[in-house]
Amino acid sequence: MKLKTSMLMLCAALGVAACTNPASLGGAGTGNDPLANGANGGVVPGSASDPASPAYFQQAVGDRVLFAVDQSTLTPEGRATLDGQAVWLLQNADYTAVIEGHADEQGTREYNLALGARRADAARAYLVSQGVQPGRLQVVSYGKERPIEVCSEEACYAKNRRAVTVLAGGLTS
Amino acid sequence: MMVRVLCLILMCLAPAWAAAQDGPLRIEITEGVIEPLPVAIPDLVPEGSGAGDWGQRIARVVAEDLTGTGLFREIPSSAFISQVSDFAAPVQYADWKAINAQALVAGAVSVNGNQINVKFRLYDVFSGAELGDGLQLAGTTDAWRRIAHKMADVVYSRITGETGYFDSRVVFVSETGPKAERRKRLAIMDYDGANVQYLTGSESIVLAPRFSSTGDRVLYTSYETGFPRIYVLDVGSVQRRVLESQPGTMSFAPRFAPNGQTVVYSLTQGANTDIWSMDINSGQSQRLTSTPAIETAPSFSPDGNQMVFESDRSGTQQLYVMPAGGGEARRISFGEGRYGTPVWSPRGDLIAFTKQSKGRFHIGVMRTDGSEERLLTASFLDEGPTWAPNGRVVMFSRETQGAAGRSTLYSVDITGRNLRPVRTPDGGSDPSWGPLQN
Repeated sequence: MKLKTSMLMLCAALGVAACTNPASLGGAGTGNDPLANGANGGVVPGSASDPASPAYFQQAVGDRVLFAVDQSTLTPEGRATLDGQAVWLLQNADYTAVIEGHADEQGTREYNLALGARRADAARAYLVSQGVQPGRLQVVSYGKERPIEVCSEEACYAKNRRAVTVLAGGLTS
Repeated sequence: MMVRVLCLILMCLAPAWAAAQDGPLRIEITEGVIEPLPVAIPDLVPEGSGAGDWGQRIARVVAEDLTGTGLFREIPSSAFISQVSDFAAPVQYADWKAINAQALVAGAVSVNGNQINVKFRLYDVFSGAELGDGLQLAGTTDAWRRIAHKMADVVYSRITGETGYFDSRVVFVSETGPKAERRKRLAIMDYDGANVQYLTGSESIVLAPRFSSTGDRVLYTSYETGFPRIYVLDVGSVQRRVLESQPGTMSFAPRFAPNGQTVVYSLTQGANTDIWSMDINSGQSQRLTSTPAIETAPSFSPDGNQMVFESDRSGTQQLYVMPAGGGEARRISFGEGRYGTPVWSPRGDLIAFTKQSKGRFHIGVMRTDGSEERLLTASFLDEGPTWAPNGRVVMFSRETQGAAGRSTLYSVDITGRNLRPVRTPDGGSDPSWGPLQN
């Protein structure tokens, strides 16, 4: 379910090119990836147990970082998640990513678009500082247009104030 | 097909008899009207065989327009002592005075094929005279609501001394679906929610449409390419084109200058959002702000010389005014809380805005120097005011709280009175009120 949501968002972000070939997002694995060729014979390529898969990136590495109210400064937890993302991206060099910035509903539409951009850019800048090639990372802000949690309480708002790194088909595709 | 082909002819009728001077019948809106003015609006007299129930339909729209302002109260026809059955016959003032009708709108309608012809007179009952000249309106039957709105505009204007706003349209975002999967498409409607037509599909997110000053074009933001970009759409042909597509950027919050040639908008590069302007014909663009802060939601003064916008350069969202070509900006909002989405009134005297304070959202107005701030509404989430063409009313979006939260349109008078929902088929947000139509 989580993967499906992510793929839909990815399609939304990338438009037609990505949507015409969603199968490639399953991440059939990159043969030269040392992690994918590892000792674990039970790995199902493309599943979350496959360390070279987008599912693994999303679930095991963590595809999102969260922010405080009206802030775009990375938290220590956020930096730790991005450290993991950077390692993964360096090991899986065929992938590009779109970093989506989001805001909670407590703000005006235009401001939240700009705030989401700040958040996405903060994540991007951190990944670049960890060695990810800038050309592999794009940013987009959805402002408050795409909440994942719908209650009007801080418990939901906290999850909506996010920057999500959505993997896209590789540089070679 | 989008534009209803329409030829409205407006001509004066000869005075009923004695030429009327400016009567005492008058609402001073600026005084703040507590007691609405009682008005009688009998069905228009059918003339000829084709008139059917047009007289009743038109009278109902006129009545809805006038009572919808909160400035008028309609006297029900069940209270009428005399009926208007002949447009040419003298008015029985005593009968209308007896039921305390201060104004009487009397008219007649004839229909020939798809042509509709309306004539009407406005009477000041207590001074026993006609208020202004009688008028005649002609057009096609599919434009009948516009004819009614024009009648109501004349009545409103003669009694309040203000220009009317009923024969106008609103472009907005029509919303369907649950909160986490909301689908949005651009729509256009009459100011009262009638005649909704859709301008885009809902495949991509669309945001914040803005009318040109003549109402012929609409600027908006769409995620059609996967990234927010500003587009211009011709209302008549529904043809659209992207205006700003620098790779690696996002553009949003566009608005026309009064001249219809210049567009201002926000452009985001990296973490920074600045205000830019573009000549819509040449595509030449120019950056107007250059701080690392978020600068967005620009709106021109009606003379085109200045613009108001929001910036968090002070640390929180506040309102600033600067010359239209950029330059030094002057902060105008100093109250408690955050201020955004400023919109300059078409009269030039006020700026409407969204204010966030203590967990509540408000629509408010202030003078252009920031003085005399007045909050008109309060709710969980009120946002994005737009001005009626006469600068007396603002329309905005109100979103309700929680998982079932839904956005709908409301309007409120700048006195803070007469808050009312604007009926749309689905949810609605981001209204932009167009000009009074010709």
